[in-house]
Amino acid sequence: MEKLLSIFFIYIFIDNFVLQRFFGVCPFLGVSRKMETAIGMSMAVVFVMTMATLVTWLIYTFVLVPFNLAFLQIVAFILIIASLVQLVEIVLRKISPTLYQGLGIFLPLITTNCAVLAVALLAVRQEFSLLESVIFAIGASLGFSLALVIMAGIRERLELAEMPDVLRGSAVTLITAGILSLAFLGFKGIITL
Amino acid sequence: MIIVYAIAALGLIGLIFGLLLAMAARFFAVQTDPLIESIKEALPGANCGACGYAGCSNFAEAVAAGEVKANACIPGGNETAQTIAGLLGQEAGDASQPLATVFCIGDCYKASDRYIYDGVQDCTVASDFVGGFKSCASGCLGLGNCVRVCMFSAIRLGEHGLPVVDHDQCTGCGLCLTACPRRIIQILPKGKEGHLVLCSSHERGKSVSAACEVGCIACKACVKACPQEAIEMVDNLAVINLEKCDDCGECVLKCKPGTIHRRDKIPSEADALAFAVVKAAESA
Repeated sequence: MEKLLSIFFIYIFIDNFVLQRFFGVCPFLGVSRKMETAIGMSMAVVFVMTMATLVTWLIYTFVLVPFNLAFLQIVAFILIIASLVQLVEIVLRKISPTLYQGLGIFLPLITTNCAVLAVALLAVRQEFSLLESVIFAIGASLGFSLALVIMAGIRERLELAEMPDVLRGSAVTLITAGILSLAFLGFKGIITL
Repeated sequence: MIIVYAIAALGLIGLIFGLLLAMAARFFAVQTDPLIESIKEALPGANCGACGYAGCSNFAEAVAAGEVKANACIPGGNETAQTIAGLLGQEAGDASQPLATVFCIGDCYKASDRYIYDGVQDCTVASDFVGGFKSCASGCLGLGNCVRVCMFSAIRLGEHGLPVVDHDQCTGCGLCLTACPRRIIQILPKGKEGHLVLCSSHERGKSVSAACEVGCIACKACVKACPQEAIEMVDNLAVINLEKCDDCGECVLKCKPGTIHRRDKIPSEADALAFAVVKAAESA
């Protein structure tokens, strides 16, 4: 139980996927302009990461390892994640149109992101159990959401702030991301596995 | 040997997921109405919202469901209405083509300023800053909110400090209506003749004439002069009922400040500049 809690919180705050490991910087900068889209994207990330980790862990443990094919993990995981998200999208569209409207556009966007693949790969590389892997995926995706939501909040204010023209737009966004990353460095070492 | 296993394993995973996807596509297929797609293609795609729906695709769904008539897309005009009606197998009826009209002709030569404004060049900001820099509390500030919001480049800012509407480009979508903090733009049916009182001030006559040379001073001369009884006074502002107006022009002759104009003879930028030259010569 203690280990599960540590995994959960470590990947939200200490080893934040965006701000400390620099995974998923593209959606972090791309969809953080408005809070509304940032929250939609966050929900899609939580959903996709958890599901992808669950399935890839099962396939890794019960298919790849018994046949001595662990070296195929990257190729296999990409294949699995891509088709899985596609599958979920089709099913979701039929079963819950409202959820599809909310997540719809973000699902294909996040599918091919390195952050999703990274969660799946790191889960097996750190030899987590199935439950630990799922907790790890939820923590990592919540960490991503936290970074995204903080960034969106800051950027909405930056839109109205006065600043030199050279800084406007992506320049100030990158500087902000850097400062955020430095701030999260302050959590380093609070919890260790 | 391991390479055979690798190819087999990947191939198998791919095959299983491929089959799953194919099955899902069949069992969870969502029927989309091809009619909606073809209506969407016929629309201008500007997502302006003039029809009252969130965007062109929402409008297409509503049309297909029969909630609105085919001619409700104003920017699309008659052509789009005909196309959509054809798709639905109905008669289109005319799409009314309204036109944005600015109800203020108090340009920078005719309407005075209370102070020099040097702040953010935005009508809403200027209007909220101690009631705006113009002496007239309803007059056009000329900072171009309507120009910026127009998606069809139908409005430009004239040199006389008032917006100029391009009658060919304007689709009557009404975006400028809400962009204007003073609400002095109205959408009127296109091409219809008639006269207009080009002023939006509800102030009393005395304060209007102090602020602007061409504002309606509520003298009621036009009300009395109109043989059709098409003009009435609403809160110190003459309003002409276009349905009743028969274009006789009596009111224009009687209007002392010169606020009333025929719809196709709204004072242009050139008129304003000519007026400025005459005024400068007089004062010199």
